[in-house]
Amino acid sequence: MSVFKKFWDDVSSLWSLIVGLKVTGKNFADKNVTLHYPRETVTSGQLEGFRGPLELIGKPKDPAKPKCIACMMCVTACPSKCITVVKAKAPKPTEAELQAMKEAEERGEKVKKPKAPKEPAKFLYDFSLCSLCGSCVENCPAKALRYSSNVYLTVTDRKELKMDLLARLGAQAEAAAVETVVENPKNVEAEPVEKEAGTES
Amino acid sequence: MPVELIKLLIALVAIAAFVGLNGLVLVYLERKVAGFVQRRPGPYEVGPQGLLQPLADAVKLIGKQLFTPKGADKLLFWMAPVLSFFPVLLLFLPIPFGPVATGMEMNLGLLLILAFAGLNVLAICLAGWGSNNKWGILGAARGVAQSVAYEIPLLLSVLAIAFMTGSLNLTTIVEGQGGWPWQWNVFVQPLAFIIYFVSALGETNRAPFDLPEAESELTAGFHTEYSGMGFGMFFLAEYANMIVVCSVAAALFLGGWHGPFFDGAWWFLAKVYTLLLIMIWLRWTYPRVRFDQLLNINWKWLMPLALLNLFITAFVMKL
Ligand code: SF4
Ligand code: SF4
Repeated sequence: MSVFKKFWDDVSSLWSLIVGLKVTGKNFADKNVTLHYPRETVTSGQLEGFRGPLELIGKPKDPAKPKCIACMMCVTACPSKCITVVKAKAPKPTEAELQAMKEAEERGEKVKKPKAPKEPAKFLYDFSLCSLCGSCVENCPAKALRYSSNVYLTVTDRKELKMDLLARLGAQAEAAAVETVVENPKNVEAEPVEKEAGTES
Repeated sequence: MPVELIKLLIALVAIAAFVGLNGLVLVYLERKVAGFVQRRPGPYEVGPQGLLQPLADAVKLIGKQLFTPKGADKLLFWMAPVLSFFPVLLLFLPIPFGPVATGMEMNLGLLLILAFAGLNVLAICLAGWGSNNKWGILGAARGVAQSVAYEIPLLLSVLAIAFMTGSLNLTTIVEGQGGWPWQWNVFVQPLAFIIYFVSALGETNRAPFDLPEAESELTAGFHTEYSGMGFGMFFLAEYANMIVVCSVAAALFLGGWHGPFFDGAWWFLAKVYTLLLIMIWLRWTYPRVRFDQLLNINWKWLMPLALLNLFITAFVMKL
């Protein structure tokens, strides 16, 4: 009995050979997915799920300012310690303001001391250490971080991988303002790939 | 007889040119098919659609330094690639490419092919032994075990056709078949055809039976130590062997140069290339089998089936 069953198993598993041929045959007939790089470049549609080096997301109203609230969550969450955030300091009161404050205090009024704004003064990111694990993106309460779609990143010096994300955001906002609506698929950096993140909050 | 001799010489030169040309075409085909199966373009940059890539490869192979490893047996080491390539040319002699395009018609053509095909094993054995390399010798040992095993069902399936037609002359066998597919031998002997084809894969060391080379285990098996044209000869011999087994299959089972409407060499070439493409397709589909599986397939399946097929054929022919 078991001999016949084994025999039948062996024969029926021949079918899997046909299935295999079908799979490769189908792929053979399908379109290539390779991009002939210098002649073709990536369009944003092909970048779905692509993880480029991190970048900050600007505020919807003021795209040069990051949504980041300098909470340090990403710095703590990063396993590779590649993010450095420096909180913005409270603005230093001028001489006249100091005088006014002193006077008010003497009069016994409640003094409003200038508070530190909730934004980063520096946002440094070392891509050479980043494993693109996504911990920072997931942990950011303000949803201020995302992966860029910077496919063609090349540098000749390791130092260039240490990026200043605030400067980058500023440059992006400037470029977006200049370019307005002109679509330029080659310049993927300037393309607003993540629309929904901007409208979410 | 000098006329015969000159004819033989011309045939050999023509065959050498044919093998070289087809080698180039097959290298290109193989890489293109592999590319497409993996959704990439394959060779693309050299020439239009990468057509000149095999030429570039050939120039590279010819230009490379020939290197003999330390401790290798020089004579055997360099005899192996020669021995692997040149006998293959002989195998093309009795193959009927067209109604007149046969290198040398002989009564025992089939036997000649089967006999000389065995020399390839010897070449593999010498290559592995001569190169004084453990991967080489392992590959050679596998090659010998595999070829010896797969030669038997191959012979048995060919024998079934020989029983049916009563001839070992390939031209006679082709002439016995008609133009349309139902007049071909494969229609009467489908099992023999399948056994022949699977054994032919084993004989030519093609994937999924490419254990003598097995890159992932043996680096390159028997030709690990060969560089430049030493490797090139093995490479060319492998493709030439593929063409031979496919040509024999086309002649024995698929009606040779007979075809619907117009008989001729183009039908033969079309059939051979279809079979070659199937071989390439198989290679990029299946993973390599394990060695025990390889031998099990042969001794437990192909052999009994081929024997059974032979007995039935003999029985039916006697009736
Ligand atoms: S993706 Fe991972 S490694 Fe990179 S900065 Fe974020 S947390 Fe660190
Ligand atoms: S990027 Fe997000 S997690 Fe990191 S400091 Fe800014 S708000 Fe916090």
